[in-house]
Amino acid sequence: MPAFTLTVNGRPHTVNVAADTPLLWVLRDNLGLTGTKFGCGIAACGACTVHLDGEATRSCVTPISAVGTAKVTTIEGLSPVATAASHRVQKAWVAEDVPQCGYCQSGQIMAAAALLATTPDPTDEQIDSTMTNICRCGTYQRIRAAVHRAAKEA
Amino acid sequence: MERRAFLQTAGGLGAGLVIGFRIPARGEQEPSPFAPNAWLRIAPDDSVLVIVDRSEMGQGVVTSLPMLLAEELEADWSKVKIEFAPADKAYINPLFGLQGTGGSSSVRAAWTPLRKAGAAAREVLIAAAAQRWAVKTTECHAENGAVVHTKTKRRLRYGQLAVRAATLPVPTDVALKDPKDWRIAGKPTKRLDASIKTNGRAKFGIDTWVPGMRIAVVARSPVFGGKVKSFDATAAKAVEGVRNVVQISSGIAVVATGYWPAKLGRDALKVEWDEGPTASVSSASITQMFTERAAQPTAAVAKHVGDPDAGLSGAATKVDADYEMPFLAHTTMEPMNCTAHVRADGVDIWAPTQFQTGAQGIGAAIGGVRPEQVKVHTTFLGGGFGRRFELDFIQEALETSKAAGGVPVKVIWSREDDVRNGQYRPANFHRMRAGLGADGKPVAWSHRIVAPSIMARVFPNTVQNGLDGEAVEGGVELPYTVPNLHVDYMLTDTGIPVGFWRSVNNSFNAFAVETFIDECAAAAKADPFEYRRALLAGAPRHRGVLELAAAKAGWGTPLPSGRARGIAVFKSFESFVAQVTEVSVSSAGEVRVHRVVCAVDCGMHVNPLTVEAQMQGGIVYGLTAALKGAITIDKGRVQQGNFDDYQMLHMNEMPVVEVYIVPSTEAPGGIGEPGTPPIGPAVGNALFALTGKRIRKLPIGTVA
Repeated sequence: MPAFTLTVNGRPHTVNVAADTPLLWVLRDNLGLTGTKFGCGIAACGACTVHLDGEATRSCVTPISAVGTAKVTTIEGLSPVATAASHRVQKAWVAEDVPQCGYCQSGQIMAAAALLATTPDPTDEQIDSTMTNICRCGTYQRIRAAVHRAAKEA
Repeated sequence: MERRAFLQTAGGLGAGLVIGFRIPARGEQEPSPFAPNAWLRIAPDDSVLVIVDRSEMGQGVVTSLPMLLAEELEADWSKVKIEFAPADKAYINPLFGLQGTGGSSSVRAAWTPLRKAGAAAREVLIAAAAQRWAVKTTECHAENGAVVHTKTKRRLRYGQLAVRAATLPVPTDVALKDPKDWRIAGKPTKRLDASIKTNGRAKFGIDTWVPGMRIAVVARSPVFGGKVKSFDATAAKAVEGVRNVVQISSGIAVVATGYWPAKLGRDALKVEWDEGPTASVSSASITQMFTERAAQPTAAVAKHVGDPDAGLSGAATKVDADYEMPFLAHTTMEPMNCTAHVRADGVDIWAPTQFQTGAQGIGAAIGGVRPEQVKVHTTFLGGGFGRRFELDFIQEALETSKAAGGVPVKVIWSREDDVRNGQYRPANFHRMRAGLGADGKPVAWSHRIVAPSIMARVFPNTVQNGLDGEAVEGGVELPYTVPNLHVDYMLTDTGIPVGFWRSVNNSFNAFAVETFIDECAAAAKADPFEYRRALLAGAPRHRGVLELAAAKAGWGTPLPSGRARGIAVFKSFESFVAQVTEVSVSSAGEVRVHRVVCAVDCGMHVNPLTVEAQMQGGIVYGLTAALKGAITIDKGRVQQGNFDDYQMLHMNEMPVVEVYIVPSTEAPGGIGEPGTPPIGPAVGNALFALTGKRIRKLPIGTVA
C-alpha cells in the first residue's frame, strides 16, 4: 500500500493505506483519533467534520490521496489544551449544556468553529445554512444558543 | 450485596469507563475506598465515585443518578465522578428484573435505592467522624462533602473519613430527606459528561480499541430472514488488509485490519442468498393485509365498557376515520457496533448496549463459559432509542471473534447496514369510530389497532389470546370521558422484525387517539382545546398540562396570516405531556413548524435541565417521524439506506421549543420518551386547522 504523509493537529504522520481510504478511517483506525465520528459515509450527517486548512470538511468522503499538504485539525486538536474543552466553541457548548448522547457533537463543534472563523457574529439564517450536521437527539436549539454565545465571547 | 462480594466485583471495575477517576500507577498503593454499597466509593482524595448502572445514551443518567445519591450523601458535587457498572446482579433494574435501560425507567427505578444508598453512607461517615472525635453522632451533621461537629464547627472531609468509615457497619434503613430540603436534586444541574463530549474524549462503542483487535464488516441477507446459500471469498481475501472471511449466523463477516479494507472486502464478496418467504412482502401488500384485518368483525378485545355498538348506532353524529403509519428505523447517530473477545477462559464485550444482562447471557452462550466469566464493558451510547436493547450486533461480534480464532473483533455496521437490518417501529393501521351525542360529546368510541407485535418477538409468553397488552398502550387508557368504549387488537405479523422505538406503541396510538379526538371536536364544531378540556374532568393531570400548554401558547389569540395552531395531550411512562404547535405551509407545500409549546407533568424530577432537553429531543424525534419518516419494503427489502433517502430533521427546520414543567409532588415519571407521542398529532391537528384537510397517514411529507 502506498505511503501518505499528513499533518494532523500540528504533527506529521505517515500511513500506509489504499489511496481511496477516507481520511476519517485514517484518523480513527491508523492514528487512533476517535473523536472524529463515523455517521453515514456519504457526507450527509457531518459527524466526521474536520478542518482542512481551517475549512470544515467531511472526512468520510475525503480520500487520503486528496489531503495533500493541507493541515488537518480534528476535535482533539481544536483546543490549545488537548485534554480540556477550552476553545471558545467548546466552552459555549458546556455552558449551554448542549450534548445529549454526544456522538455528533465533535462534528457540530468543528462546523461551528469554522463558521465563526469566517462569520464572527452569524445570524440564525447563517447558522441554518452552514450548520447542516444531523443531531438525532435534537440538540439543535441549544447548539444555536451555543454558537451565539461563542460569537459573543470571541 | 455483601460488601466483600461487592469489593470482589469492584476489582473488575477498573476496566470500565472512568471519567476523571484517578487510576493508581503501577506499584502505587491502591487507595482504600469506602464502598458501602454497589453504587458508591469514596477515596481519601475526597472523590465520590458513583457507579452508574444505567446506559448513558443522551438521556442524562450520568448526571441525574449521581444527583439522587449525592443529595442524601450531602456530597460536594464538584467531587462527583462516574463509572459505568459491570454486568452484575447488584445492578438489576427493579422495574424489569434485568440489567437494562429502557422504558424511561432509570430515575423511577433509582429514586429510592440510590437515595437510600447515599443516606446510609452519610450516616456511616457521621459515625466515623463521631468516633474520631469521641462525641455522639447526634452532635454531628454532614454538609457539602464533610462531617461537622455542630457545636465546635470541627470538620472532617469525607476523604479523611473514608478509611475509618470502611470499618463501620452500614445501616439498612435511614430516613430520607424531605424534597423541600434538597440542594442538588431538583435543581438545574449541568451534565457531568458535557466536557468530554465536546473534546472528543468520550468513548463510544465504536471507539473501542484493544490490543490485537481486528475490524469486521458483515454481509447480511438483503431480505429479512434470508440465509446464506453459498459464498465465494476469493476476491474479498485478495483485498489488502483483509485477514479472514468467516460465516456467522447473520451472514458472512470480513475481518480486516481496519474498517475500510473490511468494507472493500465485503464489496468484493460474492454471496448467494436463500431469500425465504419474506421476499414476497411489500409495503403495498402490508397495507392490503392491514386494511383487510381492520374490516374483520372481531379481534382480541383490550377494553370493553358499556355498549359501544348501541352507542354508535344511536348517536346523533358519527365520526369515522382510518389512520396508517409506516415502519420507522431508529438511526442512532452511532451505527451499531460491538467489540468482543471470545477466549477459552472468558469473554469480554465492549458495547454501546442498553441490555447488560442480555449481553452477558449471549456472551456465555456463544463463548461456552459461565455468565460470571463474561465481562460487559458498557461504553457511552451514541443514541439508543430502544435499538440498543437488541443483541444482534453483540451476537455478531461474539460469533466473529470465535470464528476468527479468538482474536478480539470490532464489528462495525455501515449506515446502510443500520437502516436495512433494524427492528423497526411497527407499521400500523387504526380504524376508529365515534358517536357523538346532541351536545357534541362522544357517547361511544371504538378503536381497532392492527399492527405487528413487538412482544410476540421479544417476550412471546406475554401475548395471550392474540392480545399484546403493550401494543394497545395509550389506546386503552383513554383519558376522555366516554361512557361506551371498545378497543381491540389484530396482531399482524408482516415478516419485518419490529422492536422498541422511542415511546414504543405510544408513538402510533397517540397519533390515532389525539387525531381522532380532534376529528370529534371538528364534527362537534367545537374548539379542540375546549373540547378536550371538557372531557378531561376525570383526568386532572392531563387537564393540567393541557391548560398550561394552551395558556403559554396563547391559545385562541391571533396568529400571523398563514399560520395555525394544533394541540395534543398524552400520557406515557407515568408522565403527562401536552404540546401546542404553530405551523405554516409554503407555496411548494412544505410544512414548517415554527413553535412548539410543551407542558410536562413528570411528577417529582431530578434535573430540570434534563427534563427540558429530553422534551426537546423527544419532540425532534417525533417531528422527524411525522414529517419525513418511512421505512418502506419492496420484495422483502428495505428501500431506504442512508440519510439521503431516510431523512432527518436539520437545524433549519428546528422549531422554537418552549418547555414548562408542572411543579409536582407526585411520584416521578419517565422523561426520555413521553415528549415524542404528542408531537405528530399536534402538527397534524394544526395542519387541519390551517388547511381543512385531515392528516390520516404518516409521514406528512408535503401538503397539497
